[in-house]
Amino acid sequence: MIGLEHYLTVAAALFVIGIFGIFVNRKNVIIILMSIELMLLAVNINFVAFSSYLGDLTGQVFTLFVLTVAAAEAAIGLAILVCFFRTRGSIAVEDVNVMKG
Amino acid sequence: MGFADFAFYLFAIVVVTAGLLVVVSRNPVHSVLWLILAFLSSAGLFVLLGAEFVAMLMIIVYVGAVAVLFLFVVMMLDVDFAELRGELAKFVPLAGLIGVILLMELALVFGTWTGAENAAALRDAVTPALEETQNTAALGQLIYTKYIYLFQAAGLILLVAMIGAIVLTLRHRPDIKRQNVLSQIYRDPAEQMELKDVKPGQGL
Repeated sequence: MIGLEHYLTVAAALFVIGIFGIFVNRKNVIIILMSIELMLLAVNINFVAFSSYLGDLTGQVFTLFVLTVAAAEAAIGLAILVCFFRTRGSIAVEDVNVMKG
Repeated sequence: MGFADFAFYLFAIVVVTAGLLVVVSRNPVHSVLWLILAFLSSAGLFVLLGAEFVAMLMIIVYVGAVAVLFLFVVMMLDVDFAELRGELAKFVPLAGLIGVILLMELALVFGTWTGAENAAALRDAVTPALEETQNTAALGQLIYTKYIYLFQAAGLILLVAMIGAIVLTLRHRPDIKRQNVLSQIYRDPAEQMELKDVKPGQGL
């Protein structure tokens, strides 16, 4: 029988993979954004698992809001990335500090 | 092991493997494709948990919109990704250390974790029985009544994100010719055209 702990383990593994991805891809902003999406996915799995096992629909409602914020964040992040690429010609994270001011 | 258990292990293994391949894949296009696979299998996990609406939303929003957006940007930007990936090995020890530490912390929490005694009494919106109300209908009844203001705020966030993305990426290029409708309308035939009476054999 699959219990709550199984889902929490999957979500924890996915969250750690997301953190790992952020630190291992120090230069590539696109992969960093994808890692953030993975972490939000892990959070969503936790929400839905608790919602299902406690019989409380609020967790699924909250998942919808996390989903909304994740989509908005991806859109804005990629727009900033495109804007940055047009002015700098690269997407390396080290160059981002020239955006001061 | 029943079918549900088998499906859980299948989806769980696929989602974790795809997540790992997202971050270690050499080609960002492959990363996006692995991300799509991770989202699809997590939708499968949600179906197993009885949250069909969130599962379908996952497929529509993440696979249909977010992943395609990523794919679009990866294809659009002319970046030498091989150069960006060059130093991957340099950061693996630090990243692995941080990952292992975080995993150990989560395992510590997992070891001592217990649910509250009165967790069932503290439920805010008890899931109605599946025979009475289906998942989608129950969620709709909750979102459009109790969480209506939060729902509107979510819509506002999406609107702001849309306007922000358009403002950020819109650029006016002065070096290309574009149609100016107003100047076309204001053109006067009398000013634009001149009739000349050309004599035969003389030219202008």
